[in-house]
Amino acid sequence: MHGSCALLAIARAAVPWKHPGMTARTCFDAAVIGGGVVGLAIARGLARAGLATAILDEGDVARRASRANFALVWVQSKGLGMPAYGAWTARSAALWPRLAEALQQESGLALALRQNGGYTLCLSEEELEARRAAMMRLHNQPGWQPIPWEVQDHAAIARVMPMLGRDVVGGIYCPLDGDVNSLRLFRALHVAATRHGATYLPERQVERIEPLPAGGFRLHSRQGVLEAARIVLAAGLGNARLAPMVGLQAPVRPQRGQVMVTERTAPFLPHPMVTIRQTDEGSVMIGDSKEEAPPDDRTSPGILAVMAQRAQRMFPLLGRLQVIRSWSGLRVMSPDGFPIYDESAEAPGAFLATCHSGVTLAAAHAELLAPMIAAGRLAPELAPFSARRFDVPAAA
Amino acid sequence: MFRRLPEAESRPVIPFTFEGRPAEGRAGDSVAAAVLALGELACRETAISRTPRGPYCLMGVCFDCLMEIDGVPNRQACMVPLAPGMRVARQRGPRQPWP
Amino acid sequence: MTLPARDSYDLVVVGAGPAGMGAVAECAGQGISLLWVDEQPSPGGQIHRGLAAPLSALAGAYQRGLALLSAARAAQAEYLPGATVWQIEPGASLGVSVGGASRLVAARRVILATGALERPMPIPGWTLPGVMTVGGAQTLLKAQGLVPSGRVVLVGTGPLLWLFAAQMLAVGARPALILDTTPAGNARRALRHLPGFLASPYLARGLGLLRRVRRAVPVRRGEHPAIRPRPAGGLLIAWESGEAEADLILLHQGVVPHVHPAQAAGCALAWSEAQACFVPVTDAWGESSIPGIAIAGDGAGIAGAEAAEYGGRIAALQALAALGRIDAATRDARAAPLLAARARWLAGRAFLDALFLPKPAQRQAAPEAIACRCEEVSGAALRQAVRQGATGPNQLKAFLRCGMGPCQGRQCALTVVETIAAERGLSPAAIGPLRARNPIKPVTLAEIAAMPVSEADIAAVLGRR
Ligand SMILES: Cc1cc2nc3c(=O)[nH]c(=O)nc-3n(C[C@H](O)[C@H](O)[C@H](O)COP(=O)(O)OP(=O)(O)OC[C@H]3O[C@@H](n4cnc5c(N)ncnc54)[C@H](O)[C@@H]3O)c2cc1C
Ligand code: FES
Repeated sequence: MHGSCALLAIARAAVPWKHPGMTARTCFDAAVIGGGVVGLAIARGLARAGLATAILDEGDVARRASRANFALVWVQSKGLGMPAYGAWTARSAALWPRLAEALQQESGLALALRQNGGYTLCLSEEELEARRAAMMRLHNQPGWQPIPWEVQDHAAIARVMPMLGRDVVGGIYCPLDGDVNSLRLFRALHVAATRHGATYLPERQVERIEPLPAGGFRLHSRQGVLEAARIVLAAGLGNARLAPMVGLQAPVRPQRGQVMVTERTAPFLPHPMVTIRQTDEGSVMIGDSKEEAPPDDRTSPGILAVMAQRAQRMFPLLGRLQVIRSWSGLRVMSPDGFPIYDESAEAPGAFLATCHSGVTLAAAHAELLAPMIAAGRLAPELAPFSARRFDVPAAA
Repeated sequence: MFRRLPEAESRPVIPFTFEGRPAEGRAGDSVAAAVLALGELACRETAISRTPRGPYCLMGVCFDCLMEIDGVPNRQACMVPLAPGMRVARQRGPRQPWP
Repeated sequence: MTLPARDSYDLVVVGAGPAGMGAVAECAGQGISLLWVDEQPSPGGQIHRGLAAPLSALAGAYQRGLALLSAARAAQAEYLPGATVWQIEPGASLGVSVGGASRLVAARRVILATGALERPMPIPGWTLPGVMTVGGAQTLLKAQGLVPSGRVVLVGTGPLLWLFAAQMLAVGARPALILDTTPAGNARRALRHLPGFLASPYLARGLGLLRRVRRAVPVRRGEHPAIRPRPAGGLLIAWESGEAEADLILLHQGVVPHVHPAQAAGCALAWSEAQACFVPVTDAWGESSIPGIAIAGDGAGIAGAEAAEYGGRIAALQALAALGRIDAATRDARAAPLLAARARWLAGRAFLDALFLPKPAQRQAAPEAIACRCEEVSGAALRQAVRQGATGPNQLKAFLRCGMGPCQGRQCALTVVETIAAERGLSPAAIGPLRARNPIKPVTLAEIAAMPVSEADIAAVLGRR
């Protein structure tokens, strides 16, 4: 397949990129489309496996969930409707310490991984009962690999987090849950991927993918063309448009999530919660809402208000903290909310990876998925994640 | 570092405390101005490296004038009018989550 | 200090400097509901700080401001000092915070007259106590009658620096030194704009002032100063060909529009090559790219106090026409002399822009200087992150947290953009601005919690996981 280099067209960058590692190279063993956490985790793995890897990304302002997320490494609620996703998530969480250590070595950046257990706090008995019932449903699924969890009452939670508000009746605790500094993860993946020899090409929005008759692919962007023997579609929401070009599908839609962050304070929240966490830098993040068909990625005052009201009830002292920023991000949602991992039968060498919880799954992507793609085959355990699950035959 | 013009000196005196010591400002002072008038150029230590900083822009944009005022941490001293009896202290590092 | 009295207004004017005062004054007698807010405790804006009780030595400069203020007062707007607009939505609703409480108000029209900020001057040592901006020192003088004393060194370039030196002299103080950092080639480049300047009212004012200052204060030239603390106390400023001890160092290299409010509202920005900053895109009436939101004064591009007043008046006329209070003919007739007067001031501006523009290296953070004061990020770290793949200010936030501190990027955004541009060999226009979002000023979570909510808002949060 490396022979496809002979077909090279001259790629000329319209926008020059001054980068020491940047060559005029236009032919790669692998090209990853998308420079979010999913694409970078895979690209780092491919580069580490010795493949000459390019990462094609959009520019400074892009629909990049990797910069907007809540940074949880979260297990407790994942997998209702697809036990394989629950297992994959738990495996990723278990692999996370290894990834954090490896990335620290490769990038010199400490990721502040903390996996000391997380909470979902409930503000009424009904809420708590609904959460508990959902956890039971999760666990009663056939084929479910059990994870530890428990319901804790107000007093138990207040023992570990004394600032807890009176309105919290209790919550779900799972010792596997945690969080990480996701911006540092993003940067560490960048550094590690390029240190392993990957070439980062920003401002290269891929417009067309052309599978070559002799194998391999030609990727067209306004800045020129580039060829690769193998490609990975990891373009988040962009995958929906790109997938059909290589005989795949990625029916993903944007779902808007809003987040607020406060000024830094001395540490007072020792555990992450699904909607409130204190970062290692001291600021408190409060999220996140879910809106379908968002018109844009702005924030909206009413939704921030509801989030703020709930957060204040959970920890009344939050009310006095200054909110410094708010933002919204667009989640990458498939019809059932689970990841899509696929390889193309029609255009061999084309892979696709798309998911919502890219931070949680970063370890699985880096340590498990990337080696599979490097070896040229997705393992059978990923079969349930193929988008073919959406091809429901019309009811007869 | 600063001296007050005579005609401003004659404005009404506003007593307050700085770092627990009694001090005086004048009507029309912001907290930052009153503290600078005492000859105190550093009003806080940063939250990250704990290095000293002083008021920089005096117009509410730089957030380098953060101080603890009447027990409330991280207030913008250049935007808070000085009031009689105010307790003003340096902001040292990140604030406590409670006031 | 009180919250806005109503939920909705015909017009909300944000800012009580010359542009805001001009806008409000123009609305006198029109019978519209008008809310006028400013976060400072008294009106006047940056130029007329302390307008309520001007110092006698500076009183001359306040004449025009005082007249304008009484014209604005005649409009009987609901004027709220100490009121911070922390949220602007494109549908023209504004979150207004007063004394720790907030109210959301709807506006049929909004005029943002939020003025300018001093351009960051990211030289080594600019974060040391005892170093502040010329504008900051000027505020202390005007509002509190505090005069810099001891060995005071003024460093930088721009009209305000020279004006402040003259004001110090006028109150009987004297800078020990002015270190003029104006780039060597500027005077030559400014020459072609000279005719406009000669015809503008700036000329007479500027020359006399320069002469007065030069006669009284030693002036040195140096383009790349650095400040460090002296072990024995005090500061030391060093430049290419000399150094000086100082007790207080005042920095200034021009002003740039304060674009955060416009940006949060979604207004388009464009890079101005002449002023080396991002400027909201506006038409001759000051209308932004977002319907119903106009921008007037220095916030729409630096043009000075007089042009700002005219800009405010012009934007108000357009608002009155849009509100149906005056017809287009009346608007045009009233605007004609204002547009002409503004044009005379604008004509002089190009010369000043060219004469005082810091050169790119002075607008970028030196490796050993702090670029982002809040997050304490150095110029070296910034450059390294760019080489690691941060293509613009928004990616850079993710890499370094630049612009994520309490100042929300006001002190670093331009430095960051210019440094990235230089590192990548592109123009700042190609890099684009740092994105600013609501809240444009920090507010407590409790204030956000007090905003009105709808059923859909609740569903969007509770329908979760
Ligand atoms: C509000 C919110 C909260 C979240 N909280 C969490 C959490 O707590 N824990 C967790 O694990 N996950 C969380 N997530 C999800 C996580 O951020 C995402 O799963 C992850 O970022 C997805 O990564 P991605 O690389 O697929 O997509 P993105 O990060 O969106 O990256 C896609 C990249 O592809 C580029 N691209 C798109 N089209 C093209 C093209 N044609 N050519 C070239 N490049 C292209 C884009 O510019 C972008 O860089 C959250 C997300 C949101 C929005
Ligand atoms: S001194 Fe800059 S915000 Fe107060």
